Formats: sequence, structure tokens, C-alpha cells
Amino acid sequence: MHVIERDALTALFVALRQRAFRLLGPTVRDGAIVYDELASPADLPQGWTDTQDGGTYRLVRRNDAALFGYAVGPHSWKQFLHPPTVRLWQAQRDGQSFHIRAEQPEQARFAFIGVRSCELHAIAIHDRIFLHDAYVDPVYRARRENLFIVAVNCGQAGGTCFCVSMHTGPKVTQGFDLALTELLTGERHYFVVETGTARGAEVLQDIPHRAATAAEEEAAAAVVARTATQMGRTLHTAGLQELLYRNIEHPRWDEVASRCLTCGNCTMVCPTCFCTTVTDTTDLTGAHAERWRQWDSCFTTDFSYIHGGSVRTSARSRYRHWLMHKLATWIDQFGTSGCVGCGRCITWCPVAIDITAEVDAIRTSEHRAAAEGKNDANA
Amino acid sequence: MVYTPEQQPVDTAFPDPMLPRLYRVEQVRREIRATCTLALVPDNGTTAFSFAPGQFTMLYVFGIGEIPISISGDPAQPHLLVHTVRAVGPVSQALQQLKRGDVIGVRGPFGSSWPIEDAKGSDVILVAGGLGLAPLRPALYALLSQREQYGRLCLLYGARTPQDVLYARELARWRGRFDLDVYVTVDSASTAWRGQVGVVTALLAKIPFDPANTVALVCGPEVMMRFTTRELQERGLSAVHIFVSMERNMKCALGFCGHCQFGPTFVCKDGPVLRYDRIQSWFGKREI
Ligand SMILES: Cc1cc2nc3c(=O)[nH]c(=O)nc-3n(C[C@H](O)[C@H](O)[C@H](O)COP(=O)(O)OP(=O)(O)OC[C@H]3O[C@@H](n4cnc5c(N)ncnc54)[C@H](O)[C@@H]3O)c2cc1C
Ligand code: SF4
Ligand code: SF4
Ligand code: FES
Repeated sequence: MHVIERDALTALFVALRQRAFRLLGPTVRDGAIVYDELASPADLPQGWTDTQDGGTYRLVRRNDAALFGYAVGPHSWKQFLHPPTVRLWQAQRDGQSFHIRAEQPEQARFAFIGVRSCELHAIAIHDRIFLHDAYVDPVYRARRENLFIVAVNCGQAGGTCFCVSMHTGPKVTQGFDLALTELLTGERHYFVVETGTARGAEVLQDIPHRAATAAEEEAAAAVVARTATQMGRTLHTAGLQELLYRNIEHPRWDEVASRCLTCGNCTMVCPTCFCTTVTDTTDLTGAHAERWRQWDSCFTTDFSYIHGGSVRTSARSRYRHWLMHKLATWIDQFGTSGCVGCGRCITWCPVAIDITAEVDAIRTSEHRAAAEGKNDANA
Repeated sequence: MVYTPEQQPVDTAFPDPMLPRLYRVEQVRREIRATCTLALVPDNGTTAFSFAPGQFTMLYVFGIGEIPISISGDPAQPHLLVHTVRAVGPVSQALQQLKRGDVIGVRGPFGSSWPIEDAKGSDVILVAGGLGLAPLRPALYALLSQREQYGRLCLLYGARTPQDVLYARELARWRGRFDLDVYVTVDSASTAWRGQVGVVTALLAKIPFDPANTVALVCGPEVMMRFTTRELQERGLSAVHIFVSMERNMKCALGFCGHCQFGPTFVCKDGPVLRYDRIQSWFGKREI
């Protein structure tokens, strides 16, 4: 492990920019911490933190100058790797025929600054879908291939975080080039740095750094250890997939549907939700056509439309589909949970629906039913 | 005997799976009401692909849109790519209006196929409802082309009315064969119809089969498949001997868009042909 001082962060930005990377990371905009272009470390949300709970998010001043002293906001990195709208190709009519012009996806050189452990897991999940399945998505690949990742170990958990339950954090363990732990002790403000790749180590050479002392390494380990004890939420995952498969017709789905607005916010903010739709368009002359791909949400009725009707017309079935996909069917499909415990869907739900509470409600009702069954047997 | 749907290898000769290839309409045949069969050939510069029975493609009409349609032609003649389409909305309507020489976009072939290889040595029952005969026709072509490899072959077909019987002339020809049993029924008919009236499951009662050595291929509306699978199981056929072809909304056919999910199944890449035991627990459930 190494140490870089707070002021050396500028050198990191310069080193990445010299390698033609486009720097993206957290910055304050419209009352939230979002992910956007970063010109220098001055764009980072220095001295800010957030308070989060079901349906609420507020920025609050910290009493120190921490650069990464908050949890995740409404944005996720998927907006860069799996863009919300993208043109797939264009076509030009030519008599009875036409020509198709492929889109040449630009080979992006993104450097993400401040990626959290849960987010690294979300990226790994998208890699599985877009790079390591039957087909490769050329759009995703062009944006993913050169990606440089500066990860950050979380110094505090958000009010809706539950990465500990999902085994996806808070400690960064995989999929990064450099990983930082931010430390503020008295007058000192520095980062303990771990290199994850040869590329990361090479970039580190351009930045003033030195080997970390045992005490500094211990201090860094203590930061994530403390964060792990602060989780705002817990999701009980024991036997979760079977629990949900047993309860496809549970009355709780009706109860949650009576509150859910089917607005789809949860799917938009979720770092793993990947669904899209396509739109085919023509210009006014009818000679030029394009196909666009946009993020879509399983909360719309159109999503499941087949001949004359949708498969999932009720809010009940759409919420159920979403939660079951995240926590159960995803495991069959891709070998991991589709939820990384980032808490965004809880924070950004306008009516504070909480995925962890929904699971608890179903689990508790089963326990209650089992207990009553036992009592009946005893009576 | 263990049967499995055949997973076809991905065509790597075509690097961008999202890009349609151009095909020219060679022939348009009007079928029953609002339905036509299109024979397509690769346009200049496009190379033909081979396909397996049960697979589908995504057909794109310029500026209108793209929809999944099963291949209904003969797998032994891949240079002629045949689809049977019913008009139900914008794209399927536009496909009806095509004329010889028009060019459309084709992506594919996609998905799993009927267990033609595994079924060798067994009896095969094909059960079709309505337009569900189209995705089964390539299977029948394949079975008949190696007729000696199979035991008894039986096609049960149900349509709404006599006017809705698809491929009627071909059915008549098949009916004339001694090595294929063909039964056709309609839900309702005037007195002029001399054939069977009733649901397709009623036809099952007519045919004897040995559950240990029979495989059933089923394609039709979901309710029809529900009744058929239940009846087959009641007759002793194990779920691992039953195959169904599913339909779900599809926007990509590549496993990217999420639209085709049916429980844990992606119909576009795990299906459309699915062994019944794999989906049985989800099949009767509402709004999955
Ligand atoms: C694997 C598979 C094989 C199919 N094979 C055939 C076939 O051989 N012949 C045939 O006539 N039809 C077939 N269909 C159904 C056909 O895809 C729909 O009729 C078609 O999508 C309707 O599109 P539209 O624009 O004409 O009408 P609309 O009903 O207005 O469709 C609007 C959109 O909804 C979706 N959609 C509507 N109905 C269906 C449906 N049944 N299945 C999937 N998506 C749908 C499509 O995305 C379409 O773009 C098949 C469907 C699937 C999934
Ligand atoms: S389901 Fe909710 S908590 Fe889980 S990854 Fe998605 S947004 Fe985060
Ligand atoms: S759970 Fe909340 S965020 Fe998601 S669709 Fe329902 S109301 Fe919107
Ligand atoms: S059709 Fe897009 S994932 Fe299956």
C-alpha cells in the first residue's frame, strides 16, 4: 500500500488527463451529488455529505474538508457505460431497397473517480450481461474497454445502504485500477492507495507517493470496518430466492402495489437495471431511417405488450417482476444477485417503498404462519 | 430417453448482432385471413445463413419497426428464408404490403430449436394451434426428410374455423402420406365442414402413444399450450418429453433488452423452444 497526500490528487488528475482519459466523478449540482465531468479536484464535493432515508435525500455540510464523505447519489456509472439513449444505426432508402450505415461507436477513454465497492459490483454485473454472454454489445464494449477506475473505500454508510448484506462492500475488493481510502486526522488529510492493476501502478508512478506505514494501513482498514457497522438497512438474504419463489402469490404484492406509483424511478436509479427499448424513426421525406435504443422500465405496461394486451397489467405484477428479478431470477440468469445494496431505489422512491422492508414483510408473514401452525398443532 | 432443446451456436461471421442484413422478397403468398408467407433471398452482398427448426428472426421494415417472426420454411433450403406473418399491428401489417423485389432487414437466426436430433428413435407428436403451425412446419420438414429415423409421427392441428386452417393444401398432401398421421380440428364450423369440431386437446384422446418413447412438440396460444401440456401429462408423458415454444415482447433478441423475460427464462436466448419441466412452475401463473 502507498500513501498520497491530499494535494497530490491534482497530480493524479493530470496523470490521467495526460493519458487522454476523460475524467468523470462526483460533483454537486441541483442539491445532489451527481456524476459528471471533472476538471480538477476542486470540482469534487469537498466538505459535503448527505443524509438519506426512504424517499428523502439532503445535502449537509460536513465539519471537515473530506472529498468523498458521502454515500451514492441519484446517478450511477451506467449512464456512461450503457447510455440512456444511443443511435444504433441509420439507413437510407434507395428505390425498393435501402442501405444501412453502422454506427462506429467511439472508443471512449473514461476515467471514473470515486467508484464505490457496490458500484464495482454493478459494473461487473453489466460486464456479465453485455460482454460475457452469448452476444457482445458493441456500444458497451467501446465504452468499457479502456475504462480506468479510481475506486474509493466508503468512509461512511448512507441511510439506505445495505452492501454488507449483499457482500458487495463497503471494502473495495475487485475490478479497480487504484483504490483510495480517505483519512482526515487532525491536520493531516491523505489517502492510502492500493493498486489493482499494472496500469494503476504505472499511473501511481507519476504521482508523489510513498509506502504506507503499518499505522496508516491500520487506520485505513479501520475506516471501512467502521463503515460496515453503520449500514442504514439490512436485507436478510438467507434462503431468499426460495422464499420469493414460494410466495409468488403473496398478499404483500397487493399491499405494495397500493402504494407504488409505477413511476419507474427505482429502475432508472438502479445501477444494475439494464432494460432498454428501441425506437425506429424516419425523417419527413421518409427516405432516412434511424434506430435508437433507450433505457426502459419494467414498470410500464408497454414493456410486456403482446398482441392486444400486456402480460403484466397490474401494478402488483410489475412490482413483483422487478423485485423478483433483482433478488431471485437474476441468480438463475447470471449467477449473482441483481441487487448490490446501494439503497438508491429506497432513497429515490417518491413514496419510500423499501426493497428490504418488502422482503422482511414476506419473511415475517411466513414465520408468523409457521408459528401459528405450531400453536394450532399444540392446542 | 433424455431430450433437450438444441442451443444453436452464435453466428460469429457477423460481428454486430444489432445490424440487420438485407433480404429481398422473392415471393409473397397470401394465406388465410390477414396472413401471408414471405420467401426471402439474400440481397446483393448478403450471405445466407442456415437455421434450425424453431428458430426465429427479427424482421425490419424500413422506417416502421422490427418484430420477431419464426422461420416457417425448410431448413434443408436455407437460401430461401420463409416466414409466415399475421397482420396484427404496424410492422406485421407493413410486412403484408411487401411486393416481390422489396428489401427488408433480417437479424438472426435466434434462439433454441426443437429436439430433432434427440428425438431420433422416438415417436413424435406435434400439436399446433392457429398460427403455431408456422414454427412447427420446419420441424415437420426435418422429421420427414429423415423419416426412417423416427417411429410414429403425428400432427394434431387446431384452428378457429375452417377458413383459418393454415397451409391447407400442404396439410392435405401430408394427410395422404401413410407414414404421417394428420388430425385437424376447428373450434366452430358451419355444417359444410366435414371434419372434426372441438379443441385440439380432444384430438389427443384419439391417438395412442407410449409415454416412455414419445416426445411432444407444442406451439400455439398460451392457453392452448396450457391445456395441451396438462392433457399430455395426464396421459403419462413426462414434462421432460414435452417442448413448448413461448412468445414474449422482444426488442433485441440478444439478451440485452430484458423484455422477453418469463420468470428466470429469457425467451429470446434460452427459448423460444423450452423443455416443459424448465418452465412448468411458472407456466400457469398469471402475469409472469
Ligand atoms: C419468438 C416469436 C416468434 C413469433 N413468430 C411469429 C410468426 O411466425 N408469425 C407471426 O405472425 N407472428 C409471430 N410472432 C408474433 C409477432 O412478433 C407479433 O405479432 C408482432 O410483434 C406484432 O408487431 P406489430 O408491430 O405488427 O403489432 P403490435 O401488436 O402493435 O406490436 C407493437 C410491439 O409490441 C410487440 N409485440 C406485439 N405482439 C407481440 C407478440 N405476439 N410477440 C412478441 N412481441 C409482440 C412488438 O415489440 C411490437 O413491435 C412471434 C413472436 C415471437 C416472440
Ligand atoms: S435494487 Fe435498489 S438497492 Fe439494489 S442495486 Fe438496485 S437501486 Fe441499489
Ligand atoms: S417502487 Fe417507488 S420508485 Fe419504484 S416504481 Fe414504485 S413508486 Fe416508483
Ligand atoms: S428480446 Fe431482448 S432480452 Fe430477449
